[in-house]
Amino acid sequence: MENMTQVENRHPSETLEINFGPQHPSTHGVFRMQMLLDGEKICSLKPVLGYLHRNHEQIAENITYAASMAYTDRLDYLNAMTNNFAYAIAVEKLAGIEVPERAEYIRVIMAELARLVNHITVIGFLLNDMGAFFTPLLYAFREREKILDIFEEVSGSRMMCNYFRFGGVKRDLTTENLTAIMQIVRRFPAFLEEFEALLTKNEILCMRCQNVGILPANLAVNSSITGPVLRASGVNYDIRKVDGYSIYKRFDFRIPLGEKGDVYDRYFVRILEMRESLKILYQALNKIPQGEFLNKKTLPFLKMPRNFKPAVGEAYGRIESPKGELGFYLVSDGTPQPWRYHVRAPSLINLTVLEDICIGQKVADAIIILGSIDIVLGETDR
Amino acid sequence: MTSFIEEIRKELSERLPNIKLRLVRASILIENPKDLTQVVFYLKENPRFLLDYLSSITAVDYLDYLESVYHLYSMEKKQGPVVLRVRVSKTDTTIPSLIPIYHGAELQEREAYDTFGIIYEGHPNLKRLFMWDGFEGYPLRKDYEQEDSEILETADIEWLESKGIGITNEVKEKAKQMKMENKRAAAQKPEKPRN
Repeated sequence: MENMTQVENRHPSETLEINFGPQHPSTHGVFRMQMLLDGEKICSLKPVLGYLHRNHEQIAENITYAASMAYTDRLDYLNAMTNNFAYAIAVEKLAGIEVPERAEYIRVIMAELARLVNHITVIGFLLNDMGAFFTPLLYAFREREKILDIFEEVSGSRMMCNYFRFGGVKRDLTTENLTAIMQIVRRFPAFLEEFEALLTKNEILCMRCQNVGILPANLAVNSSITGPVLRASGVNYDIRKVDGYSIYKRFDFRIPLGEKGDVYDRYFVRILEMRESLKILYQALNKIPQGEFLNKKTLPFLKMPRNFKPAVGEAYGRIESPKGELGFYLVSDGTPQPWRYHVRAPSLINLTVLEDICIGQKVADAIIILGSIDIVLGETDR
Repeated sequence: MTSFIEEIRKELSERLPNIKLRLVRASILIENPKDLTQVVFYLKENPRFLLDYLSSITAVDYLDYLESVYHLYSMEKKQGPVVLRVRVSKTDTTIPSLIPIYHGAELQEREAYDTFGIIYEGHPNLKRLFMWDGFEGYPLRKDYEQEDSEILETADIEWLESKGIGITNEVKEKAKQMKMENKRAAAQKPEKPRN
């Protein structure tokens, strides 16, 4: 580079305003970025949201608590299981419902399977954005398909699971289900090895991702970033460890952390997180006890959901969803419907930092930065 | 959990004696909204609490007043939550913005503005987040009148006809009558407000 002649600004440069999206495959849905470009460089970037807005919160305030469970599937439609989990935890906190032992295990198994599905899909789409057109994504989808088959078998639906109930889950896992899940858990590492052999040390991927979209740790904390994006910046904060909700305290797993906080770290943290999820799954499958899968006291509410009236009060339940902290804030007024129902959506709040890490980067980099943040528009727009 | 809140309240009332606080449902209510930034900044910088992570901002409509609720955690010390709340009347909905302290407040404050009409003073870009710019009203307030999409108003009919879509006379008459009576096509609401 040094022996090349420096070209002075021959033409007065002019900025160009460009609307990236909403109809663009790389935005993963209907998302618009209002960019101001100087040549290829990004000078400013404003996210524009709301194309998929359906006022989820108001819908939930007009129906019963139990009926909202099916709506939460549609928030982050890639992992309906974890959305159900967060909502169930919030309502159980509000109404003081206990969850039987076996149900907790089933919940953890389902949540970790959902994490595998999410991370594998995100990496596939990220590679797609980089130009590795569909090959890695289809490898990922091949594995995802097997897990979705399990979801279909236990809940009746592949993506819109609606599987959790207050105080347990809808249906028990049979021994066949458990062996099928065990088989997936046993075979998944081989797939990860194959996937990593093709990607992790791939020179093109390294050059494309390293030192792109660096998110410093202090900015990440100050911007309320959560999930793999935060941990890629080197902040050790995983709600599974911090709150130890459900029964996560019993499992032995570690939290992978990144160093720099660039796109490559975000990719690699997800790969490592999948390995930890497999560890949790392995332990949970070995330890799962016999017993109830649903708290018997909640049975009357299943038949007659309008009789479910939590006492006046409020609760904030949060879990570590694959995308970050997913929280539900509920205020009860003693009627069958919640007075206030608020979703703290990780993909929306992780977008806060998008402009800060995109400024100064090229347009093509903005696409993979957005891909590495991992948003689902059903959740950002609600 | 309550003891932690109690400890914080004690500390606050010792160090910031001018600020009136009250405990509500294991959370701290700040009586004067203007004191919010001072309290939050103190809690963030105090090495005992180090509440460096603003998890969630939301608002609630309690009919007589609006409430803005803040959930704060500490990533450094792995503790929390500390719930702060601020109440404002429905006519004057100004609350100081937390953006100078937490960058993460940006989109959440815009969302609360969009759906509840709370004006966060000092927000650099307080625009609607989900709704379009010309939208009227705040959809999550309890007194918001939802439009009935089944009933067409005159403006809707004009728009549809300009696109070349035919409308039956019956619907047109109904829209005209509604306009004469100065009514909007509001959706049916339950007779009594739930309380």
